Amino acid sequence: MWKLLQIELFKISKRPRTYIAFVAVAAIVFIFQFAFKADGQSYMDLMLQSVKDTFSFDRVQAINGYFMCYIVLNTLLIQVPILIALIAADSISGEANMGTLRLLISKPISRTQIILVKFAAATIFTIFLLLWMAITALFLSLLIFGAGDMLVFRSKGDESQILLITRDDIMWRYYAAFAYATVALTVIAALSLLLSIFAENSIGPIIATVCIVIVCTIISNINVPIIDKNIKPFLFTSYLVGWKGFFYIGTDPDGKTIKGSLENWPAIRSSLLILIAHIFILVTASVVVFNKKDILS
Amino acid sequence: MNKIRLIINLFAALLMGFNSKAQDVNALITKVKNNIDRVNDYVATARMVTNVSFLKVPDADVSVYFKKPNKLKIKNEKGISFVPKGAVSINLNNILSGSKYTAIDAGTDKINNTTVRVIKLLPVDDNADVVLSTVYIDEANLVIRRAKTTTRTSGSYQLEMNYGKYAPYGLPDKIVFSFDTKDYKLPKGITFDFDDGTQNRKTAAEKAQNRNGKAEITFSNYSINKGVSDGSFK
Repeated sequence: MWKLLQIELFKISKRPRTYIAFVAVAAIVFIFQFAFKADGQSYMDLMLQSVKDTFSFDRVQAINGYFMCYIVLNTLLIQVPILIALIAADSISGEANMGTLRLLISKPISRTQIILVKFAAATIFTIFLLLWMAITALFLSLLIFGAGDMLVFRSKGDESQILLITRDDIMWRYYAAFAYATVALTVIAALSLLLSIFAENSIGPIIATVCIVIVCTIISNINVPIIDKNIKPFLFTSYLVGWKGFFYIGTDPDGKTIKGSLENWPAIRSSLLILIAHIFILVTASVVVFNKKDILS
Repeated sequence: MNKIRLIINLFAALLMGFNSKAQDVNALITKVKNNIDRVNDYVATARMVTNVSFLKVPDADVSVYFKKPNKLKIKNEKGISFVPKGAVSINLNNILSGSKYTAIDAGTDKINNTTVRVIKLLPVDDNADVVLSTVYIDEANLVIRRAKTTTRTSGSYQLEMNYGKYAPYGLPDKIVFSFDTKDYKLPKGITFDFDDGTQNRKTAAEKAQNRNGKAEITFSNYSINKGVSDGSFK
């Protein structure tokens, strides 16, 4: 199994498209960093336009490495599923396209093993991509902008809030957020893997994955009560942004933040469990479908 | 004829009474101001507790810099703090500066069992931003215990002050600054937020309540008249 995984990882590393994801992440992060270094205060002014007459605060200190990483993740984690799909959706369909799938299943390895190894390789790719995001968006931003207290702007129900997390209470939240994001993006990898079983070239499953993510994300962000109650809870995209829950710091009745606390850990935990359940269902479905598939290519 | 003379005398006495009262409150304000004027500059360390509905922030250790006539800066040296813009009025010079107001004696009141003189300050300039200030002066200690100000553009705010060992300089140990805030609204479509399923619908009364903010500043020590550089106010 380990040997198989090594072979899969080697194949992924040899594909040029693997590095497209890393280059795309780096490019987006660098553009953000450049833009905020040049004129981050305009963004702050936009976010605080309704209270800038009432309060004053140090805008320069507010634009720091932690804040930058949050802004970048906020944007990137919506696009990263597409980059994950580039690799995961190629897992089986790529083999079919190259005509190596029949050769692969003729080896003394079970089809279940093949799927599990393909899934493990896609998961490892996801972890590496998130590590790359952590290096560029978090650690590089800390080098460029320095550390400081972090502001989180948030809409909750019909009101907006500004949360302030002190610098000594941030790093663990990022570790937890990246861990959560790994699980969330692994759902995309599992979905792409399942779709790739049905196709003979990788374009179809990539486009199908992207379409599913886009449509579900749009539905997840429509605020219509009937959709909120009956559809949203069943869409994995409703839970993809659950990593943000680690930055919703708990407060006391006076609104004072409590260091080291989370506002709603049970909600994060249940989101995490729902995502893990999605992974389990999608991978199981992949195993079942692949075992039953009549492979002709 | 005698009746007319009596009425004139009564009217004159009444006017003199008002005039002497006005002189009394002006003299009292001058005494308080003289106290405050002994401070040319100070640096103080303090703890600021902010209570505003949309701001979820921890208590902050801040430094307060003041330099005559009206430079005042509240800084969080170690992090970020949201400082209410009206907090510059904790510099009481701002309220009592110059003589561009008419002082009216509004009697006495009690704050924490201390009898205070209530004086209303009406700006002479019709176009001044401040519409009305009311100060509650502790006559025994010559300090302002409470100040309420109504402005044209920034709403109303109120200062409650407690004094300790720095009372001879007119500097409080604790200030509670209450002010009006606007609703905070994030620009639409900026964030994709995690919906944790909790509802946050507020009634109109709760929303109105949320438009009042409060900042408590508790001073731990002052360094008075030791010089403060202009760079501290940037």
